[in-house]
Amino acid sequence: MSDALSVQDGQPTARRPKRWHILVFLLPAFLIYSAVMILPLIETLRLSLFNTVDGQPAFVGLANFQTLFGDERWAHDFWNALKNNVIFFIIHMCVQNPIGVALAAMLSIPKLRFVTFYRTAIFLPTLLSFVIVGFIWKLILSPIWGVAPGMLDLVGLKTLFAPWLGKPGSALIAVSLISVWQYVGIPMMLIYAALLNIPDEVIEAAECDGVTGWSQFWKIKLPLILPAIGIISILTFVGNFNAFDLIYTVQGALAGPDGSTDILGTLLYRTFFGFQLQLGDRSMGATIATVMFLIILAGVSLYLFVIQRRMRRYQF
Amino acid sequence: MSKARNSIFRTGFVHVALIAYTLVSLFPVFLTIVNSFKDRNAIFRAPLMIPTPQTFSLIGYETVLGQGDFATYFQNSFIVTIVSIALVLLFGAMAAFALSEYRFRGNTVMGLYLAIGIMIPIRLGTVAILQGMVAANLVNTLTALILVYTAQGLPLAIFILSEFMRTVSDDLKNAGRIDGLSEYAIFFRLVLPLVRPAMATVAVFTMIPIWNDLWFPLILAPAEATKTVTLGSQIFIGQFVTNWNAVLAALSLAILPVLVLYVIFSRQLIRGITAGAVK
Repeated sequence: MSDALSVQDGQPTARRPKRWHILVFLLPAFLIYSAVMILPLIETLRLSLFNTVDGQPAFVGLANFQTLFGDERWAHDFWNALKNNVIFFIIHMCVQNPIGVALAAMLSIPKLRFVTFYRTAIFLPTLLSFVIVGFIWKLILSPIWGVAPGMLDLVGLKTLFAPWLGKPGSALIAVSLISVWQYVGIPMMLIYAALLNIPDEVIEAAECDGVTGWSQFWKIKLPLILPAIGIISILTFVGNFNAFDLIYTVQGALAGPDGSTDILGTLLYRTFFGFQLQLGDRSMGATIATVMFLIILAGVSLYLFVIQRRMRRYQF
Repeated sequence: MSKARNSIFRTGFVHVALIAYTLVSLFPVFLTIVNSFKDRNAIFRAPLMIPTPQTFSLIGYETVLGQGDFATYFQNSFIVTIVSIALVLLFGAMAAFALSEYRFRGNTVMGLYLAIGIMIPIRLGTVAILQGMVAANLVNTLTALILVYTAQGLPLAIFILSEFMRTVSDDLKNAGRIDGLSEYAIFFRLVLPLVRPAMATVAVFTMIPIWNDLWFPLILAPAEATKTVTLGSQIFIGQFVTNWNAVLAALSLAILPVLVLYVIFSRQLIRGITAGAVK
């Protein structure tokens, strides 16, 4: 017999029996989550304060961070990766999210035909693995195959073509745009959902007041979907500062040419795992992971405690 | 009158823009699949043409199936993905039920604790995860991957499922209790069947990052016997980089299962995103 029932049966004086089923329901998820996710995360943060001294692991305080920011070689790599990561993020914010909003705004036009088809097709790249996306674009942009120059030739712009992925000046932008191509489906879907949730009465009221078309979008719909734009911004932020796979498949672990596409994820991989002549370094890997953790934590906290609180929400 | 014409014009413009973007998103996939069925000369001479009887060739697929051990890779990916999803759904639903059904001390704290993982990526703990897997002798086993993906999928699953479970009527559960059902029976026989649509949504959300992940297979299970499709095609393509037939065929093979699953689940996925994502 269940514990809830025995409580209802009476015996108000007796202590409420231990409800073991709650523990049974929670335990498996709690154990796996704690053991594989939270404890390793804490252990990684702790490891960043340790290093090998004379073959023995020893507590070194913040010395690893001093090396990362102070040592010329480390600092150069780190600031380069951080700078690239920031550019990577800015390109996503300025290209991916506006395109996503625009596509969603078009899809949500009432009585538009073929919406399901457009939606399905535009979301497809999001489901493909980085390996597929990376290699397809590498082939398309390759000067050997000539698909990209050939297509530019069709519109008379062949002179614009350059091996974008191979030039330090344009490689990061090219990789970022590939990532934008892959992920534009996510902001599109979330904004689309937010737009569909706007009640018809609000739109009708706007139309009665003569607010239609563009000004309706800017003055009525955009303020109402700002919370959704906040969510996609923070999702983009976490995703970008944690990115690794696409750069790894397109440019390799060295994130060439000449480190111009190196971001924190690839730096972490090379540092922790080693690559070619460089040996893997656990402590410095943990240090970089800790810095990434702090960056992501700062972004998430800024969103949760500042942006989300100030954002005006409308209840329908 | 002019307003009607204006609106037709605008609808036309919207369709042109949407078709243009649809082409941008489908073109690379189309290009890959089409060229994987052509011979080497045709791939280079006319990359945009569909295969004709003269240029049709399966040489790429023959190379891939002859050289790479793709059957094993697919099997590994399927095992890892399916077991992880099953564990995420079972354990996630159990935890979500406990959090949404019972009032107990620490309920809110536990909810927040389990939600950390939604925002903080599990990858940041990789250094210690690898260390732990080495200590537990789990490196190069599928178990290691399953554990990691289960932990990765649980936070979002618990969050979504507990939102849904709050909507299950209390009267129904209390009726079950009066009929003498145990709390376990109420969960498995009354609540689980009712949240099945939400479970399907969670399954699709959980599946995509697991199937496509490269980071953990690369670090935790890079051995030949435990490679997943994603890692396997990455390495295969790296080795056959000059054999364009093989590369394109390998890419097409890797796209195929995702395409099939998407066609089956797209309605569920899109309904899931549009229903509960923005609250």
